[in-house]
Amino acid sequence: MDWTTVILLLDSTIRTATPLLLACLAGLFSERAGIFDIGLEGKMLVAAFLSAAFASVTGSVWLGLLMGVAGSLVLSAIHGLASITFRGNQLISGVAINFLAAGLTVVVAQDWFAEGGRTPQLGDGERFSGIVLPGALDLRTFTIAEQRDLPLLQRFYSDVISGHSILVYLAALVVPLTWWVLYRTRFGLRLRAVGENPAAVDTAGISVTRLRFAAVGIAGVLCALAGAQLAVAEPAAGFTRDMTAGRGYIALAALIFAKWRPYPALGACLLFGFFQALEARPDLFVTLFNLRVPSALLSALPYILTVIILAGFVGRAIPPRAGGEPYVKER
Amino acid sequence: MTNLSTFLGATALLALGAGAAIADPAVIFDLGGKFDKSFNESAFTGAQRWAEETGGTYAEFELTAEPQREQAIRRFAEQGYNPIIMVGFMSATPLGEIAPDYPDTKFVIVDAVVEQPNVRSVVFNEHEGSYLVGLLAGLASESGTVGFVGGMDIPLIRKFGCGYAQGVKAANADATVIANFTGTTPAAWNDPARGAELALAQIGQGADVVYAAAGATGVGVLQTAADQDIKSIGVDSNQNYLHPGEVLTSMIKRVDNAVYDAMTAGEAVETGVQVMGVANEGVGFALDEFNQDLITPEMKTAVDEAAAQIASGALQVHDYTADESCPALTF
Repeated sequence: MDWTTVILLLDSTIRTATPLLLACLAGLFSERAGIFDIGLEGKMLVAAFLSAAFASVTGSVWLGLLMGVAGSLVLSAIHGLASITFRGNQLISGVAINFLAAGLTVVVAQDWFAEGGRTPQLGDGERFSGIVLPGALDLRTFTIAEQRDLPLLQRFYSDVISGHSILVYLAALVVPLTWWVLYRTRFGLRLRAVGENPAAVDTAGISVTRLRFAAVGIAGVLCALAGAQLAVAEPAAGFTRDMTAGRGYIALAALIFAKWRPYPALGACLLFGFFQALEARPDLFVTLFNLRVPSALLSALPYILTVIILAGFVGRAIPPRAGGEPYVKER
Repeated sequence: MTNLSTFLGATALLALGAGAAIADPAVIFDLGGKFDKSFNESAFTGAQRWAEETGGTYAEFELTAEPQREQAIRRFAEQGYNPIIMVGFMSATPLGEIAPDYPDTKFVIVDAVVEQPNVRSVVFNEHEGSYLVGLLAGLASESGTVGFVGGMDIPLIRKFGCGYAQGVKAANADATVIANFTGTTPAAWNDPARGAELALAQIGQGADVVYAAAGATGVGVLQTAADQDIKSIGVDSNQNYLHPGEVLTSMIKRVDNAVYDAMTAGEAVETGVQVMGVANEGVGFALDEFNQDLITPEMKTAVDEAAAQIASGALQVHDYTADESCPALTF
């Protein structure tokens, strides 16, 4: 194994971890406020479709992103309406959103573009391309052989740190921002309190409903960014049916793995992203350990690790106490 | 009650319509719809060709959900359509149950074998077509390393990969073939983001031609190949136009010919297994205005020669599904 392999693996890890991280943080906001969100997958899917569709039609990826956020927020509002206002079962509402998204995106895509439930492939300007950070090299102008001759630090900076879409850097910023909001602001304190003991928040004269809607709304925006990263950020270039492919559920697993905390969420998503990057290189296990590892095992690892955490072998994962329960005044 | 009477009325209308439509053929398109730029669209093209040439009419149905399969086949059979043509291996099980109920109706299934006296099963020698595109890949590759991205890891897709690897080795015995599968669940067909990661990992290992046999996941592979300025190979239908000048060729399955032949034969369609290979132009490689500059005269001669040898039986391409092993590639 040489440095090229390591750098490529890390590069791929960052790209695959980004949608997981954004979805995971979306789940974090929602669940910390006491609203379980199985519907991350559905919201990502709708955002992926709308951002690709509008980017394709208008030619502007930013307009596409805006529509993706709007679509995701509509689903968030449905989830909020069902589980906060009408005190329905949060899991059922989330599952319903996933089904709604999976069906609706394909039907609408077929109706608009008649390409079998896809959007047209996006060209330049219709998607977020890689940003070359100051001091970094644009590696697309180098061949793999030429890259090998560059200094290691430069290669690491240019390939792993630089050259990603704006959404990747945004996701990296959202992590400290989430920490700050949750632990250093009044809103964050109340948000966490509403997920632990909504009655106490209510007694203090603060609206539980409003706080929870705010949390679900933030989750909607973050899910939309995750969906956009999948559909309109290089190397992606368009929507295909069910393209989220279970990432919403892996994000939920990461959330449990991280015990509902922002920085561990970053670590968990990077770890799960690393597993996915490794999946593309089954040859590494053969050269390093002379071992054939089935790729199915690697894709199942996030779930296996989550089960181990939940079973209490490695610390304990305690969800927010009021999670999953609709708040009823004066029960 | 009103709903019920509307429903009954609609059924009566359908029954009336059936009287006029006796002995017209019917086509059932698989999930994905008839404009999927791939398999189903190819079937649709064949049906249209028949309709234009003969002035005949045919009935059609686009499946949008799994439970509709049996219903759709049965309804067409009840209405007296003959032959009833369906594309996609997923229809094999329901057809196996339905076919004995309508012994006077002929059924045609593309891409699967159903052992019934009134069924024609059309299967393709994908390994032969893959051999031809593999040969082209081996000749076009400058680095001596080429990639293969499969969809779901099933024997059918390994058959593609195995034929491809044999073609590559025929062109360049020292060539390296990197084979990856997207996953082990049906989600593997619809994960372009994963396809892009796999392609990038292969490019990082030096691949300069990648062949995608992965459904919608392949869209991501072809896109990434175009972005990274290497060559790619499409599958099933001619995908050369997706990225003009970047797609080396496509391994085409002439589903249109299969459908056209069945419709031309009409009620007298011969039952049993029909194998479409290089010999009867059932599979092949695509050459059109989008890739004519990529295929040099030497490459054209070599691939035509190989095709002639396969057709005459002088060259036997190993079929992975015959003994679940591949001489040119270890999966």
